[in-house]
Amino acid sequence: MSAPIEMPKWADTILVPAISVVAAFLIAGLVVLSIGENPLTATRYLLQGSLGTGEGLGFTLFYATDFIFVGLAVAVAYHAGLFNIGGEGQATLAGLGIALALNNLTFLPGFLLIPVGILAAAAFGAAWAAVPGYLQAKRGSHIVITTIMFNWLASVLIVYLLVNVLREPQSMNPETRAFPEASHIPFMHEVFAWFGIAIPSSQLNLTLILALVSAYLIWLLIYRSRLGYAIRVVGSNPAAAVYAGISPARITVIAMVLSGALAGGLAVNELMGYQHRLLLEFTSGYGFVGIAVALMGRAHPVGIILASLLFGILYQGGAELAFEQPNITRDMVVVIGGIIILFAGALDGLFRRLVAHLLSRPKLAGA
Amino acid sequence: MDLGIIATVLDSALRLSIPLLAACLAGLWSERSGVVDIGLEGKMLVSAFAAAAAAYAFGSAWIGLASGIIASVAFGLVHGFASISQRGNQIVSGVAINMLAAGLTAIVGNAWYGQGGRTPPLEGVQRFDGILLGHSALVYIVLLAVPLTWFVLGRTRFGLRLRAVGENPAAVDTAGISVTGLRYAAVIIGGILCGIGGTYLSVGQAAGFLPNMTAGRGFIALAALIFAKWRAWPALGACFLFGLLDAIANQLQGLFIPGIGEVPVQAIQALPYLMTVILLAGVIGKAIPPRAAGVPYVKER
Repeated sequence: MSAPIEMPKWADTILVPAISVVAAFLIAGLVVLSIGENPLTATRYLLQGSLGTGEGLGFTLFYATDFIFVGLAVAVAYHAGLFNIGGEGQATLAGLGIALALNNLTFLPGFLLIPVGILAAAAFGAAWAAVPGYLQAKRGSHIVITTIMFNWLASVLIVYLLVNVLREPQSMNPETRAFPEASHIPFMHEVFAWFGIAIPSSQLNLTLILALVSAYLIWLLIYRSRLGYAIRVVGSNPAAAVYAGISPARITVIAMVLSGALAGGLAVNELMGYQHRLLLEFTSGYGFVGIAVALMGRAHPVGIILASLLFGILYQGGAELAFEQPNITRDMVVVIGGIIILFAGALDGLFRRLVAHLLSRPKLAGA
Repeated sequence: MDLGIIATVLDSALRLSIPLLAACLAGLWSERSGVVDIGLEGKMLVSAFAAAAAAYAFGSAWIGLASGIIASVAFGLVHGFASISQRGNQIVSGVAINMLAAGLTAIVGNAWYGQGGRTPPLEGVQRFDGILLGHSALVYIVLLAVPLTWFVLGRTRFGLRLRAVGENPAAVDTAGISVTGLRYAAVIIGGILCGIGGTYLSVGQAAGFLPNMTAGRGFIALAALIFAKWRAWPALGACFLFGLLDAIANQLQGLFIPGIGEVPVQAIQALPYLMTVILLAGVIGKAIPPRAAGVPYVKER
């Protein structure tokens, strides 16, 4: 590792990510300019579509829910020094878990279905992450490669199951039958309606609360518990961990299990909260957005929630923008995500050196 | 099952293995120098788009090839800048390259042609036609890259130094040879190979660009690279094997094996990934990457 770059904590946690995001947007603006559109008009449509209306805000928060889960998933593994790029596959398997549980355990009393579905999602996601975790811990197989392979295995598996096994015989679409009514996680506008408050209807559902609670629990776990401490020690110095009596192999598997379970939250929000059935490609590449979210949020739950909001705005605003200006498709969000990953992740050192340089200059002049 | 079907399957296996082989050799160059490259997919995608767009605009497949290579090398240099000069995380940079390529090609394609990200269909001189046995020049260029890679990496001073940089960069540095220079050279060679692979997809195999047309080939190439244990001739074998699996899956919708029954297409599609995981688990043989792969080199002062 290179020599640490000295700078105040606020600069490291706020200024550096902020500068990389601003730089990412400037480059995105250049892309918009180069295809002959006005970036300022585009920004206005984007903000209006995502925050300007109650409905838009609901959709923004719905997407943010997805990103909080996958962001936390990447972050937990990251604290243990692991790179889990298997969020897509883990969420896919979690979706399979939900479908198998909800459509087979219909004899259970209705109020149990939601918790059972959530547990199934967590268990299937965790299991799909545990295998690469175990292979890394015991056999030294590189987790990046194995999680990539498991993503593709998951996508092949789900196609096979939906086309050949789980599909309803009379249905043309590769999707399961609808989940039982009692397992649908209530929409936020329904919840507000119980209290007599009318809010615009959107896909936003109570899974948002689950996401925020998860973020709080992960904060407690990582920064306030023995296990979290062990995870961080293994992540920063496995040799020291062994010396302190912590087994890096055990922590690796535990971190991956937690990570996979969190990725399952994406399936809970998308399937139990909105689609109410298992269908192909419901993960829509959000597992990779989780990497951007975790890097931008500095793997801290608060940072992840803020970064998720930003990406929620981008996804919802991007949809509205694509409607207003058909030239700027929603792929713009993928581009911005890529640039943010590049800047906040791979080119992190560049921005840190820049900030450290700018901050230290006045001091030198004074001395 | 007659000879005709076998010939068809082998022929399409060759076609399908060419982009894999190009990307696999690109990864081989890069990783042998110590730069892990999971951005093969993105580089192929961006070069497929650039090649199809240029071939359409200039009416020449060869100008398409040149543009494809330039686009791919440009993305390779971004990866190189992040992972060599800035000593950033090579995995993160690779993920970024893949996302950038997927997003940019779709956006620019849609803005330029307004056909949902596709380029207009290519025809005549805008495509690479078969020159020998029905295969285009690109097929032979990629096949030729195998002995060339083997020779340069194994038998020349440049190649030996490049491999040394991937194993023990400090030793190379001590000998007064630039680690940075060698790694950049490897990344550029990787970019050229990915560019040829991507061009083959949109201008050779197909007649135009489709959004996300690489469809995971960059990752299968990565699997093939591990399977080949980072060596050129085995890379040819691994890529042909994976291409053959793909061809069989296409040809025989549901292979029938006596005693087991019908094998679903997805089982054949899953094999490359599954075989790679099993290999990585060390159950059959052991795949050991170059020792310094993924580790940025910091010169001690």
